[in-house]
Amino acid sequence: MNEAATEREVMEYDVIIVGAGPAGLACAIRLKQLKKDLMVAVIEKSAEVGAHILSGAVIEPGPLDELLPGWRDNPPPVCIPVEADEISLLTATSKYKLPTPPQQKNHGNFIVSLGALCAWLAPQAEDLGVDIFPGYAASGIHYLPDGAVGGVIIGDMGVDRQGQPKDTYMQGIEIHAPLTLLAEGCRGHLSKQLISKFDLDAESDPQSYGIGIKELWQLAPGKSKPGFVQHSIGWPLDNNTYGGSFIYHLDNDRVAVGFVCALDYSDPEFSPFEAFQQFKHHPSVKPLFEGGEILSGGARALIEGGAQSLPKVEMPGALLIGDAAGLLNLPKIKGTHQAIRSGMLAAVHIADKGKGEGFDSVLRASPIMKELHKVRNIRPGFNKGLWRGLLTAAIETITAGKLPRTLHNHADYSSLIKIADMKPLERQWVKRDLAPRDRLASVYFSATDHDEDQLVHLQILEPDICITRCGDEYGHPCTRFCPADVYEMVEDNKSAAGIRLQINAANCVHCKTCDIKDPYQIINWVTPEGGSGPNYQNL
Amino acid sequence: MKIMVGIKRVVDFNVRIRVKSDGSGVETEGVKMSINPFDEIALEQALRIREAGQADEVIVVSVGGNECQQQLRTGLAMGADRAIQVDTTENLQPLTIARAFLKLVEKEQPGLVILGKQAIDNDNSQTGQMLATLWGRPQATFASGLELNGNTATVIREVDAGLETIEVDLPAVITVDLRLNEPRFVKLPDIMKAKRKPLDVIPMAELGVSSENDLQFTHHAPPPVREKGIMVEDVAQLVAELKNRGLV
Repeated sequence: MNEAATEREVMEYDVIIVGAGPAGLACAIRLKQLKKDLMVAVIEKSAEVGAHILSGAVIEPGPLDELLPGWRDNPPPVCIPVEADEISLLTATSKYKLPTPPQQKNHGNFIVSLGALCAWLAPQAEDLGVDIFPGYAASGIHYLPDGAVGGVIIGDMGVDRQGQPKDTYMQGIEIHAPLTLLAEGCRGHLSKQLISKFDLDAESDPQSYGIGIKELWQLAPGKSKPGFVQHSIGWPLDNNTYGGSFIYHLDNDRVAVGFVCALDYSDPEFSPFEAFQQFKHHPSVKPLFEGGEILSGGARALIEGGAQSLPKVEMPGALLIGDAAGLLNLPKIKGTHQAIRSGMLAAVHIADKGKGEGFDSVLRASPIMKELHKVRNIRPGFNKGLWRGLLTAAIETITAGKLPRTLHNHADYSSLIKIADMKPLERQWVKRDLAPRDRLASVYFSATDHDEDQLVHLQILEPDICITRCGDEYGHPCTRFCPADVYEMVEDNKSAAGIRLQINAANCVHCKTCDIKDPYQIINWVTPEGGSGPNYQNL
Repeated sequence: MKIMVGIKRVVDFNVRIRVKSDGSGVETEGVKMSINPFDEIALEQALRIREAGQADEVIVVSVGGNECQQQLRTGLAMGADRAIQVDTTENLQPLTIARAFLKLVEKEQPGLVILGKQAIDNDNSQTGQMLATLWGRPQATFASGLELNGNTATVIREVDAGLETIEVDLPAVITVDLRLNEPRFVKLPDIMKAKRKPLDVIPMAELGVSSENDLQFTHHAPPPVREKGIMVEDVAQLVAELKNRGLV
């Protein structure tokens, strides 16, 4: 422990939860329902609860019924019962309706804004006595002398670009607790450290991820059909790239539109943002948006590895819950119900046993894991392309995952093909005219705000690789996979190569794609000053 | 000496403002709300004066519904000693707010009232001036520098021509500009302490201030959208296009 750390002010709690998402808030609520006197704190890096949450989202209401019976009488602000499902296969010019797979039948489910749902859960947690601290980033782990997790360290505020204190400097405090719950969501930066430190993924497959980009639109009057849930696969993705679109019709002529691409795509020239924008220009889709107005937008990585990639979720002094662990059910394209259930399950375990030990086996024996086990082979089936994937999906669905085999996941960062080995692709992409014009225009709709005079929160561990090896081998894919145009190669007469990497950290929407996809694993995403980042509304 | 600081709950400066489709106002559903940034600067200045030993109490006040308690609690967490909410659900005009503030001033007898120069929602810039007039005390608006010397205050004002330095007798009303200071971050333990600080709620009716609105909003509309431009190939085409449209 260094000297500075020993001087920090300390607050003590019984349980600290990092992240005010569905898993963290559900856990906090259940803990207080079961044990009123337990001191529970939730730390959230966004300025307001929900402001960094981005999801489709169609949710299964079961876990919410269990957590808050009666919630239907007091529903969250965006909450529309699903009326109809549609899934289609797109080619560049046509649309073919497919039979809806059983996992994607949404009768009884609700279309929500997950951000608004969390903002609605937070005051209910506070009413139960949970202390929620939005605007504070848990930037580090406080370790006990025996190496166990003993709490978190809140990031310092008011530090300039060189790391020097400004006039407004405020040292972050430490929050100590016997138990810390990591509910950071997909690729949480503390979860990442802990998985590595405690070797939690020693026995699991590499994790696999996707990037989801989403926008909320106000359509021309009469164009939205509230409760209509549309999905598509196929164009603009090629057959070797896994992903698809969603359009969820909300009330008041609004729709949520988004696109998810698996991050194991192989083409270094590929841009998920561009694929999403292309999708909106498909002849069957574009008329919906014409005459409409984009309200907000953003992006977030999602975790797709499922059962075989699930790391051990317990370590001395800490647990992983929700998508910090990785519980999303990909064939269902839903994770919220799993997140809420895992939060509740952890709460029950803690209230019952008074400690975290044993939670890993409790989780693995639970319906949460059963659900993941059943669908474990569907996603890896697509590693051999769209058609074989669909075939595997059909077989695994019919046999309910009972075949005695488990297909494996591979690490996303290792999947890029070198530029020299790429066969040219005919994408049939079109000229676009719907908003947003480009990624910078899109960042505007995420209302992202970072004080420019702070340490760059995207750490490049070996900057030389960017200029030399990466340029030659992959042509700087960071300048394309980032949905917020954070990474830019600019001319620089002072460098030998004539270019340098410029990091526009203030644009970052905290999606974590760079940390996942960079082929050399030299980008490390850390928390910027608390309260920075996107200010998503109803995403 | 007591310092009274006014705080208004406004739509956060990062939020893209949207007019409701029926033109009845600005969309606030699911929208992030904050302390008006100028009021935050006013509070920061009050706290610095107290910390310099020139005042012993800082009171934050707000006029609005229960939701504005959130902003008052933030003010308490920043360091204010106590808070007063004048409870009303009506959408009030600056004159009514100034009258309500006057009642609080009469009750609390502050030596200094510091307000933001304007609120970023309606941009009126009237409450401070009206309060000073109703109170019959000096005003110093748009302050970017402030120094207290016993019974007077020296204020640097940001005016069109540059900076103007004036001296006012205390008690006075001072409204602050952006460059006066940079507000502090709230310390996390102070959020907990703020929950235990006193927050008095006074119903508007109890103050005896009539809240008739002399001003009525008839309609809200967003500014017209700029038409899409075209890219021209060269100067010749530019000239041709301009001529075509009768612009040259």
